Amino acid sequence: MNRATLDLWVGFFVAIGLAALLFLALKVGNLASSNVGETYTLQAEFDNIGGLKVRAPVKSAGVVVGRVADIRFDPETYRAVVSMKMDARYKFPRDTILTINTSGILGEQYIGFEVGGDTAMLKDGDMVKKTQSAVVLEKLISQFMFNKAQEDKK
Amino acid sequence: MSSELLVKLTDVNFTYDRRPVLKGINMQIPRGKVVAIMGLSGCGKTTTLRLIGGQLRATAGEVLVAGKNVGELDSDELYALRRRMGMLFQFGALFTDMSVYDNVAFQLHEHTDLPEELVRDMVMMKLHAVGLRGAHDLMPSELSGGMARRVALARAIALDPLLIMYDEPFAGLDPISLSIVGELIRTLNNALGISSIVVTHDIQESLKIVDYVYFVSEGRIVAEGTPADIRKSDQPYVHQFIWGEADGPVSYHYPARPFGEQIYREAPRAR
Amino acid sequence: MRDDFFSGGLRGLGRRVTDRVWRLGFAARFLLATIRYSTVAFGRFGLTIREIYFTGVLSLIIILVSGLFVGMVLGLQGYDTLQRYGSSEALGILVALSLVRELGPVVAALLFASRAGSAITAEIGLMKATEQLSAMEMMAVDPIARVVAPRFWAGVISMPLLAALFSALGIFGGYLVGVQLIGVDEGSFWSQMQASVDFREDIVNGVIKSAVFGVIISWIAVFEGYDCEPTAEGVSGATTRTVVTSSLAILAADFILTALMFRGA
Repeated sequence: MNRATLDLWVGFFVAIGLAALLFLALKVGNLASSNVGETYTLQAEFDNIGGLKVRAPVKSAGVVVGRVADIRFDPETYRAVVSMKMDARYKFPRDTILTINTSGILGEQYIGFEVGGDTAMLKDGDMVKKTQSAVVLEKLISQFMFNKAQEDKK
Repeated sequence: MSSELLVKLTDVNFTYDRRPVLKGINMQIPRGKVVAIMGLSGCGKTTTLRLIGGQLRATAGEVLVAGKNVGELDSDELYALRRRMGMLFQFGALFTDMSVYDNVAFQLHEHTDLPEELVRDMVMMKLHAVGLRGAHDLMPSELSGGMARRVALARAIALDPLLIMYDEPFAGLDPISLSIVGELIRTLNNALGISSIVVTHDIQESLKIVDYVYFVSEGRIVAEGTPADIRKSDQPYVHQFIWGEADGPVSYHYPARPFGEQIYREAPRAR
Repeated sequence: MRDDFFSGGLRGLGRRVTDRVWRLGFAARFLLATIRYSTVAFGRFGLTIREIYFTGVLSLIIILVSGLFVGMVLGLQGYDTLQRYGSSEALGILVALSLVRELGPVVAALLFASRAGSAITAEIGLMKATEQLSAMEMMAVDPIARVVAPRFWAGVISMPLLAALFSALGIFGGYLVGVQLIGVDEGSFWSQMQASVDFREDIVNGVIKSAVFGVIISWIAVFEGYDCEPTAEGVSGATTRTVVTSSLAILAADFILTALMFRGA
């Protein structure tokens, strides 16, 4: 095998290997969509975040507008503090209500923004107070059973 | 130490896996001479070569090559010493993935930064010395056994060594190739002024070309002398070796307990 | 007689165990030596490029074809299962995640071990059996630097590229079957895939896995070749051992890596 042909084949091999990696990163993975460039950070307090995870999407009107960056527990208030990296292109009014929703019955959980009417906008680092906790399925069921039992007694 | 001696082995012992292979070997190889080490297969001849080449270290005793104790060199010094030694392996040990040219040029490429034209000239010179200049672009798989041996010889002398070691250079060759290789060993030795050690059991061919012979049996030197001495020798071992007799000091039977005892004792335990 | 049998058996077992431990230690020392003498492999990169040709380029066909077929099978099987729950759009997620996280690195590594690992062992073993390694040593060239290190690094470099190709071709195969043949919506196939395959969590971890497998296979292959009995049986035994040992090591390492990487998420 001649040296030049050898180099050519190896070059070809490395090139298509790297192309495959690039394909995986851009077309299959979310490298292109996850680094949207400019972001700003918002924080929110929840009574209960349910099964929310880091990197879960933040959606408004069904469109992804940011991602959960960090979740921690506040030992003073006994509430969960979620920080989100928001796409800098989108601004939201100060009276926006944050809810934790589930996509489908067993799907992943995400934070929904229900936009209010305030003219002042949320700024980088702001803490959102108006939140609605995750619906915990077990609680819902036990409540339902409890009510049912009460009704039966009457 | 006499400057005439290139290699000197003093009371060398070597033990492999608690089995003694060499027991008190004394050997002297003067500059410019061809010395043969003879003996049966497995008597420690190849081990002796490996001790001189530094691939094995003596358990006791001293191996001096060009005034250096091989057993005490660190790996850099050993590698420096090996550049001045050539070794021809039993079946040539040519690199099968390289052409004849690249095989001979191997050390020049690895150890020197010479321009390729110069390397080419040197390689062609060495190949010419073994009569295979025309075969430079063949692959080792295309060579006959005798040709492969000659290419390996050209490779061994590529860096103009002080000493060449031949490990069974005659094994498996037809009579013509055999005498060509024998001739080459002698002529290269004389032309290049080097020393040669030939490990072999081909007694007839080697007696024609060597200056001195050591006979090794079971890790000891049992006889030594010039070819003329050896031919005249009436030592039973040497006699058996030269005339190829089946029985003699070297027993036909592998050591065993008396036959009757073995049958009686082992029969009930046969599996 | 009975005592003899037991103590003999016990002694045999003990010797086996110490032999294994001794060999593992030797193999570790050998790996360190290979890495220490890697200057030649990188200084004269032509040597390594040659070996990348033999390990990487010559494994391309088997990797590409297997990747395509594995992806197509995933497409069929995945669709069959998913459509029962009415979520056949999730086919893209299923194909992509199973390939990128597991099947790509693992199956490509198993194929690589049997295609290239065995070839490396056989080549080095044959060089040892024909005294080429000894000859090299006697010519003052360290065989670990000249023969072992380039092959080792070629394997380490080739493996992640081959695994990426396997996954990419597999996803393409899943796309062919799912979208072109069965008729899953093309838009949701890709968009769902992109929404749930995470670059760091899934793709980078997959690449790390394949790199680790590359080290394991190359290490076992060069070691078995270098350490084999210098006879025909020795070489063929070592070749078999390379495939068996590296396959087991890949699966074990895969379990450990998966446990470490995907523990929380």
